[in-house]
Amino acid sequence: MLLEAKDLRVSYGDIEAVHGISFGIDSGELVSIIGANGAGKTTTLRALMGLQPMKGGSVIFEGRDITGLPAHKRAALGIRMVQERARCFPQLTVYENLQMGVYGMRSKLAAQLDGIYELFPILKERSKQFATTLSGGEQQQLAIARALVSEPRLLLVDEVSMGLMPKLTEQVFEVLHRLNEERGITILLVEQNALASLKISKRGYVLETGDIKISGTQQELITDPRVREAYLGG
Amino acid sequence: MNSYIVNVGTLIIIQAIAAYGLNIIVGNAGQISLGHAAFVGIGAYSAAMLTTAAELSFWPSLVISVLIVGVIGLLCGLPSLRVREDFLAITTIGINFIVVAVFQYTPFFGGALGIGGIPRATIFGTVLKDNGFFALCLAALVIVMILCRLFTRSWTGLSCFAIREDETAASSMGVSPVRAKLIAFVLGTMAAGLAGVLYSHFMRFINADSFSFTFSVTLLSIVVAGGLGTFWGPLLGAVILGILPEVFRPLVDYRMFLYAAILLLMIRFMPGGLLGGSTMLSVKNLMKKNRGGAK
Repeated sequence: MLLEAKDLRVSYGDIEAVHGISFGIDSGELVSIIGANGAGKTTTLRALMGLQPMKGGSVIFEGRDITGLPAHKRAALGIRMVQERARCFPQLTVYENLQMGVYGMRSKLAAQLDGIYELFPILKERSKQFATTLSGGEQQQLAIARALVSEPRLLLVDEVSMGLMPKLTEQVFEVLHRLNEERGITILLVEQNALASLKISKRGYVLETGDIKISGTQQELITDPRVREAYLGG
Repeated sequence: MNSYIVNVGTLIIIQAIAAYGLNIIVGNAGQISLGHAAFVGIGAYSAAMLTTAAELSFWPSLVISVLIVGVIGLLCGLPSLRVREDFLAITTIGINFIVVAVFQYTPFFGGALGIGGIPRATIFGTVLKDNGFFALCLAALVIVMILCRLFTRSWTGLSCFAIREDETAASSMGVSPVRAKLIAFVLGTMAAGLAGVLYSHFMRFINADSFSFTFSVTLLSIVVAGGLGTFWGPLLGAVILGILPEVFRPLVDYRMFLYAAILLLMIRFMPGGLLGGSTMLSVKNLMKKNRGGAK
């Protein structure tokens, strides 16, 4: 397992949002965690990145216990996160945003830049503009690009479809799919858009009010009557 | 040059140096500081004590004073930077009051009488007076500005910008927020310390009153008026806010009122400052307009 979460518990004050869930992701896999609003998906992802303190459980990355590491040290190990609503640095240029993606690995950007611009041609055009001047879809692309320039070992993607128009959502999922297939990047996808994310995933977990209720391969989940009824529209 | 103009000019430059330091903390790293005058004061007092009681000469005292301020900045920054926004503002105000009180009430620092008899600055044995000292301050300002420019173009500078924009996103990109903020804070306080050293040798008599909270507010007004996080902003702000009170001498009692009014109006109508992103004076905007016209 590249990443393993054991009995992960997170709470906000007295309210426990994630009740001890366990899951894992193998090197080269694309795995989805789907669930409704408030199921604890983003909380789980933030805990994996180290942005949210955990109440219990452990996170193992490449055989090493990283439970106590702060976010910036986990980033240095090769875990990157594409956050909900992109979270680009608004007053930095597109190029500076990409530079931030390789913070602490100075030589990497030049080598990666061509590949990134090939994947997201719009970013090349806009490289000198402030990120705040980009449209929502462009910001989302920038956020993915910013996470990719560091050649992460594990990419955590949070609600990438949120606020994007359907056509763009499709494109973004297509990009993630290609990154996984062609470049072998391990991706953990957290999504409300269950069908779109399951379509490109190898496996998935269904998170409901802080517990993993169902898990299985793509086929098992897409044909599971409970999943069909609750998330895929019957 | 007329010595009155030289004096006003020297003070403006000294304030600009302190403002460049504050700009790194507030403008680049996005950490509010309302106690910057304390670090100017620490620099001024170190230089005063080192050149009077310890009888060091100007240059070694300058280096040691700036280092002292850097270390104290680090010690103050460690606990302060764990809190954010309004809490950080209050904490830094607290630091300002404590530092002033220590200078004011400790006999070691001359107490309420302050420290007098501070020697003039010298260079290669030449004593620097009026124009000479003005030139020295100007040279110091240029060096500080160059260092600021280098800082904003460095990886550390970029990481400070990222922290200002979005701390969570920056930390998930490998930036340690504590480290970035501390570096900004220490560099900023060292610039304040340098300003303090120059102030000490300019006035040749100092007391705690000069480094009170009011001066911190003045420094923040300078940075905000000029344009937070811009390269020329602190200089422009220092020139404008330095000349205004001279022009309006009769209004000297209302100076703080004037600053407060400027600060409020700026924040309401020009939050980016005179040189900030979306204003008429912005160099980038002007260039964009010209380019638009050429088409």
